[in-house]
Amino acid sequence: MTWTSWCCWTKWRDSSESERKLVSNLPYEGLKPKNQPNRRYAGNAIKTTKYSFWSFIPMNLYEQFHRWANLYFVGIAVLNFVPAVNAFQPQVALIPICIILSLTAIKDAWEDFRRYQSDRQLNGMTCLIYSRSQRSFVERRWKDVRVGDFVRVLSNEIIPADILLLHTSDPNGVCHMETANLDGETNLKQRKVVPGFSSTNSSFEPLNFSSIVVCEKPNDDLNHFNGFLEEDRRKTGFGIENLLLRGCTVRNTADASGIVVYAGHETKSMLNNNRLRYKRSKLEKKMNTEVLFCVLLLICMCLIVAVGHAIWLQTFSSVPIYFVPNSDGTFTSAVLSGVFMFLTMIILLQVMIPISLYLSIELVKMGQVFFITQDADLYDEEKDTRVQCRALNITEDLGQIQYIFSDKTGTLTENKMVFRRCTIMGTEFPHEENAMRLAFLAGEMDTDEEVIYQQNRRPPLFSLEEAQDGPEGANAHLPGHSSLHGSRVTAGAPSSRAFSSPLETEVIPDHTLVQLMEEEEAKPYLDFFLAMAICNTVVVSTETARRQRANERRNSSISWSPLECLEVLFGRGTCFQRLSMSLTRNRGSLSEPIHMDPTDSPVYDVPTFSGSVQGPDEGVNSPSNCRATTGRVQAGSSSVAPEEVCYEAQSPDEAALVHAAKAYGFTLLERTPDHVTVRLPSGKVLEFKVLDVLSFDSIRRRMSIIVRHPRSKEIIMYTKGADSGIMERLQNTFEDRRRVKSQSRDVAIKTQTDLDMYAKDGLRTLCFAKKVVSEQAYMAWQVKRQEAMSAISKKEELLMDTADDMENNLTLLGATGIEDRLQENVPETIQALREAGIQVWVLTGDKLETAVNIAYSCKLLDQRDLVFTFNMENKGACKTMLNGILQELLRNGSLESEASIGLVIDGRSLSMLLDDDLQMQFVQLCTRCRSVLCCRATPLQKSRVVTLLRRRLKVMTLAIGDGANDVNMIQAADVGVGISGQEGMQAVMASDFAISRFKHLKKLLLVHGHWCYTRLANMIIYFFYKNVAYVNLLFWYQFFCGFSGTAMIDYWFMIFFNLIFTSSPPIMFGIMDREVSAYMLLQLPELYKRGQHAGGYRRSTFWIAILDAFYQSLVCFFVPYWTYAGSDIDIFTLGIPMNTVSLFTIILHLAIEIKSWTVVHWVIMVGSVIVYFVVSLVFSALCVSCNPPSDPYWLVQEQVADPMFYLVCILTTVVALLPRYTLHALRGTLVPSDHLKARQKDQLPPHHRDRWLREYRSLKELCASFPSMSSSTVPQDTTQSPSTPTAPLSSSTRVQN
Amino acid sequence: MKSEGEFVNQPDNTAFTQQRLPAWQPMLSAGIVIPLFTLIGLAFIGIGVALFITSQNIKVQELDYTGTATSSPCFQCSGLSIQNCTCERNFSLSELFEGPVFFYYGLSNYYQNYRQYGVSKDDYQLSGDTTYFLKPQSYCSPYQYSNNKPIVPCGSIANSMFNDTFRLYLLVNGSRKQVPFDGKGIAWWTDYNIKYRNPSPVNGSFAAAFDGTTKPVNWQKSAYELDPTDQANNGFLNQDFLVWMRRAALPNFRKLYGRITGGDYSQGLPAGNYTLQISYNYPVLSFGGTKKVVFSNVSWMGGKNQFLGIAYLVIGSLCVVMAIVMLIVYAKYKFPDNDDA
Repeated sequence: MTWTSWCCWTKWRDSSESERKLVSNLPYEGLKPKNQPNRRYAGNAIKTTKYSFWSFIPMNLYEQFHRWANLYFVGIAVLNFVPAVNAFQPQVALIPICIILSLTAIKDAWEDFRRYQSDRQLNGMTCLIYSRSQRSFVERRWKDVRVGDFVRVLSNEIIPADILLLHTSDPNGVCHMETANLDGETNLKQRKVVPGFSSTNSSFEPLNFSSIVVCEKPNDDLNHFNGFLEEDRRKTGFGIENLLLRGCTVRNTADASGIVVYAGHETKSMLNNNRLRYKRSKLEKKMNTEVLFCVLLLICMCLIVAVGHAIWLQTFSSVPIYFVPNSDGTFTSAVLSGVFMFLTMIILLQVMIPISLYLSIELVKMGQVFFITQDADLYDEEKDTRVQCRALNITEDLGQIQYIFSDKTGTLTENKMVFRRCTIMGTEFPHEENAMRLAFLAGEMDTDEEVIYQQNRRPPLFSLEEAQDGPEGANAHLPGHSSLHGSRVTAGAPSSRAFSSPLETEVIPDHTLVQLMEEEEAKPYLDFFLAMAICNTVVVSTETARRQRANERRNSSISWSPLECLEVLFGRGTCFQRLSMSLTRNRGSLSEPIHMDPTDSPVYDVPTFSGSVQGPDEGVNSPSNCRATTGRVQAGSSSVAPEEVCYEAQSPDEAALVHAAKAYGFTLLERTPDHVTVRLPSGKVLEFKVLDVLSFDSIRRRMSIIVRHPRSKEIIMYTKGADSGIMERLQNTFEDRRRVKSQSRDVAIKTQTDLDMYAKDGLRTLCFAKKVVSEQAYMAWQVKRQEAMSAISKKEELLMDTADDMENNLTLLGATGIEDRLQENVPETIQALREAGIQVWVLTGDKLETAVNIAYSCKLLDQRDLVFTFNMENKGACKTMLNGILQELLRNGSLESEASIGLVIDGRSLSMLLDDDLQMQFVQLCTRCRSVLCCRATPLQKSRVVTLLRRRLKVMTLAIGDGANDVNMIQAADVGVGISGQEGMQAVMASDFAISRFKHLKKLLLVHGHWCYTRLANMIIYFFYKNVAYVNLLFWYQFFCGFSGTAMIDYWFMIFFNLIFTSSPPIMFGIMDREVSAYMLLQLPELYKRGQHAGGYRRSTFWIAILDAFYQSLVCFFVPYWTYAGSDIDIFTLGIPMNTVSLFTIILHLAIEIKSWTVVHWVIMVGSVIVYFVVSLVFSALCVSCNPPSDPYWLVQEQVADPMFYLVCILTTVVALLPRYTLHALRGTLVPSDHLKARQKDQLPPHHRDRWLREYRSLKELCASFPSMSSSTVPQDTTQSPSTPTAPLSSSTRVQN
Repeated sequence: MKSEGEFVNQPDNTAFTQQRLPAWQPMLSAGIVIPLFTLIGLAFIGIGVALFITSQNIKVQELDYTGTATSSPCFQCSGLSIQNCTCERNFSLSELFEGPVFFYYGLSNYYQNYRQYGVSKDDYQLSGDTTYFLKPQSYCSPYQYSNNKPIVPCGSIANSMFNDTFRLYLLVNGSRKQVPFDGKGIAWWTDYNIKYRNPSPVNGSFAAAFDGTTKPVNWQKSAYELDPTDQANNGFLNQDFLVWMRRAALPNFRKLYGRITGGDYSQGLPAGNYTLQISYNYPVLSFGGTKKVVFSNVSWMGGKNQFLGIAYLVIGSLCVVMAIVMLIVYAKYKFPDNDDA
């Protein structure tokens, strides 16, 4: 190595501290690895396996020995090798630990092998890498990709590594990719070629690439990437919009090429790929204390035996003949023998510590998770997803939830935005026709339409057969109506777009507004709709991509997909005709379709319903319709025709706005980084040159797009954002009253009024504003912007600053109100969760009014509730009010008033309440509130609320949300639930359980949570019982063998007993027992309350089980003992009946506990007994002297031939179980638990049961509406607050609807 | 795999996966358990009566011969140092002791179940494997070697073998008539035929197979000369040895010595006066134990056992009482809803 190269090397290393530098590999092709410039960066081969073939055994053992339970086992086994102490043959004592270790090892090995297989498959995938020698891209495997290679990815191929995009087939240098593999978002994301490369329209020549790529070190941020290209000291900045991510799929672009910057494990997707989370459940934590109790118990028992042994030894004045001296003929002293005996007993009674419990719990939870994920009720057909259990070991926590923290948007609501109203230049347009149509869609329609509507909501699969079973229908032609019906039917097909239903996206333009526009052609309206159409990041997708994606999703021929249907039937009559025919036949006449025909309005001129004009196979403009028109597009021109646009929006709001704009004729036709094309109502097509996009962030709460108007050549900035983000930036602020032009002030005031009204109606509001920028101002700003763009450190902040600089002096155009409809069954779900004793909180980022409105509509708040609103500017007021309410509550601290208190907290007040000094009072107040609603809460605040309650109240919390802003909260809660919704998968990634609808929470908690908790709690208790009951047999025997640590049961039988005979029943019990049926649990949510207060697993339950175990073991020991006392029975022959009665008792004990017996229960329970006899008989027949001094030969045969054996077994089992059985029976009659009652009702015939349920519910409602009934001493008028509010209380607003 | 590509993730709608398997849901309440308790109670009382009567019909005659009391005929033998002592105990039967009569010796406070004692034997040696004759397993320690010669059979159990012998005489007209004990078949069949094996004779001599070994320390005779009268009853297959090697479960136990079945006594022991001649070899006073012999006839339920019969009766009655209690409870507290069902 020369000096210079050494220098180079050090320089490389230094610079690589903070950033990564790489160059093209091509000049170095064929050189040895050590001469490769990028050799220090990870290759693209991935290895997610933990072990290799050789390292498996040592590594796996090493890992397993990290668990203290295994160490305990090994310690016991080692102890057994000490001659003075050993209880068994040393080798035999190794068997349990070996079995446990090997079972775990097999499980680990299997998991690892599957990872290995998937790795190998990934590594073996092919891709195109540029080769210098062949001067072209050649096919290589993924694992051969190195940093610095040039890779070409063709359309629909998966990207092998993180690639800096340098060339695409698109003339605009754009490439689309789908990130579904990464975050589940199915909309296309646009990526651009690094500036400066897009101009090369000719084919890309990697050999000419001589720049140095400088970028940041690998990190896991999917939305952030920074760096620059350096060539001849000229730097070109690039960012995340130039990076193709590994694992994503290239769509819509014939090919894309670039240089690999991160490979293999350093790619963003791999860095994001964290494993399943491990949480320790509450029950398990509690169980660990019980294990400690067992340890104590064990020590006590061992001490008793040790002391007993020492005393026993001293009772002999001389040496009995049966004492065995040491090899030198001496005897160990009594005290020392006692010490040894202590250790021996620990070995003998080791099963007391239920080590196998841990393994069993794991198995049980695997089973529980299996059943949860298998639940068809938690399956969402629309998205084809079932519930996911991402954390495998907290299933039972679902049964103990006390507080639920829910996000609003996307969680309680659909997050499917529907444009409802708008206000332009201070004039409000209520869009009543549209509202009527939506209301009509929402279910207020007669039966005919309901059919359509349901098809729309639930995707039914129109089978091809069904469509074809009316051949006469296929020939019939029904022009005019078919398109409408067709589009409605296609709406049923599942779609994972932001919009699944075109009916909801469609907007009927407001009558007046359209007229106004026609009359005046006024500029404000034009501007408003232009802003709506272009001020967004919606991507217009072309058909090829759509079709390919559709193909991938629907590769079955049986299910009807509009596309395939078309492909098959095109030219022979359209699919729509057939379908509409079959529909017509099914539902009678459809000749009068859904009435939404605004015949006397000019609406028909806008392309919305162009389908009916253009022909039967032209549907409305909607995503689904795109598919329908594919065939024609393929056959015809590939130019962008107006009917074929499909919008790929990253947020549903944007899509709603673009669709609304389209309804008014402002159709977004194309979006590239450089320009946006919009068609105006007049039919003119305008192409705006995009100068810059100031993207949305949650701090500014707005986004802007700067364009150059094609005609006026003005530079215009359109801004869209939350009212708070726009209003403060308006041109003539309210403070500056003198210079205010009266008109714009009026507009602002009127708009604000309208906005408030929208919010009150529960609509999401967005404001639009405009600014004309002078050429000079823009140039000056542009320079700053460029600097910010190429900065590496603090780039984000700089960009934000520049954006702020630009976004001022805006002119308000108007605002929109978008409806986010509640998900189905949300009120019912919340109601049920409440009845289950769960406090439901909503933490949302929305406006206070919107949130309150939604809260009322989802029954979170009730009309009768007394609602306190915290909307304070300063802390003092906050404190005064808090104390006031608390005092008031304390004074009237009756239960009724607590039940109906609601709390609404604004974000700012929330942060004050979360401060240390107010925390305690806040928590105190919260515990007395029925519902709490936090608005304008930041993600951090959400998680702080969760943490606060969790810490202070020591309650089980569950957080549920769907968006990235809920991630903190989900992680802070005991149980995090993610909703796989419209906003990507980040919440799901962070969650423990992922569901697709909020309503699924009801069954997940009330049924599965309850079941899992009850099952596991019972299983654990039973497990403790089982071990104690069995091991105590040995303990009692010590009193009759001179406390010498003898086991009267052969050691092999003991191993079999725990490993074979009694292992499967408790596991089956933990997975499958069903105390109350799902139906009853859903009908009576109150049953859930037991789990919240740990009713199934109390310390008392544990001790009762242990006491019962002691009693039963006494019976199992002493009945055989008295039967055989004084006889000539030998030691192991005595052990057989004891072992057998113990088995019977333990199995039948479980039989008493099992609440429902299915086939599986019978098989396992009866099977265990049969297996016991078969294995015992075979073993004791085969083992003549197989493992001396163990001596099981022919013991069992001797016993089963003896009638006394059976008499002993019957008597003992009955005596042992009599108390428990009797108590259960008495309890079942005298003080039946709610669960027992529910089970009893469940067994009634269905109509009786339902009648009872109805009566019960009406009784409950009666009680609820007159809470004074329960405490008759304080009659109260529930519609009024308990007393006149005092001074601080008067500041509270009582929200009444 | 489902044929519909659309719903790849749709769970199977089976009774098992949806946890809807038909289930029997027993519910414990007073009303339901009444028949069960009655049934168990009556059955138990029946079994109890049968057991009790059977047990009552079993006759047991026990004779303690430890010799702790000075008046006892075996007092002079109970000293530690006395060898080859013989003592006699007389007893009389007023009526026929129905046969077959089993004759047991019994020891108390004798812990054959003591842990170190229990493992002190070599199963391989006892199964006739001669390699273990010269090299007994270490379990036998310290009864592994004696004077550098391996002990056969080694170990503490064999070493402590009970070596009192008994002769029973019926006094007929003043003269003693020996009642023969049948010592055959008192061990487990499997022990005699399968588990224990004698070494194959060397050069036709059984004793030669034991060459190079020594007898256990406490033994007076070698294993191959335990029973001079019967060649087949020697070595490890000696019936008394086999009985002894099957360790007693509890510290007070009895072991079968022989059966009285032969000739005149096939009907049992006739009424009359008997003398039991004991060759008293086995010391028990050192650990406070006692020795006894037991005459007993047996039934299908083995020896006399009052406990089981009484227990069945008690539990049976208890169940009946419980059934009555449950009836009262049921009458008073039955679910009000039960009648509308």
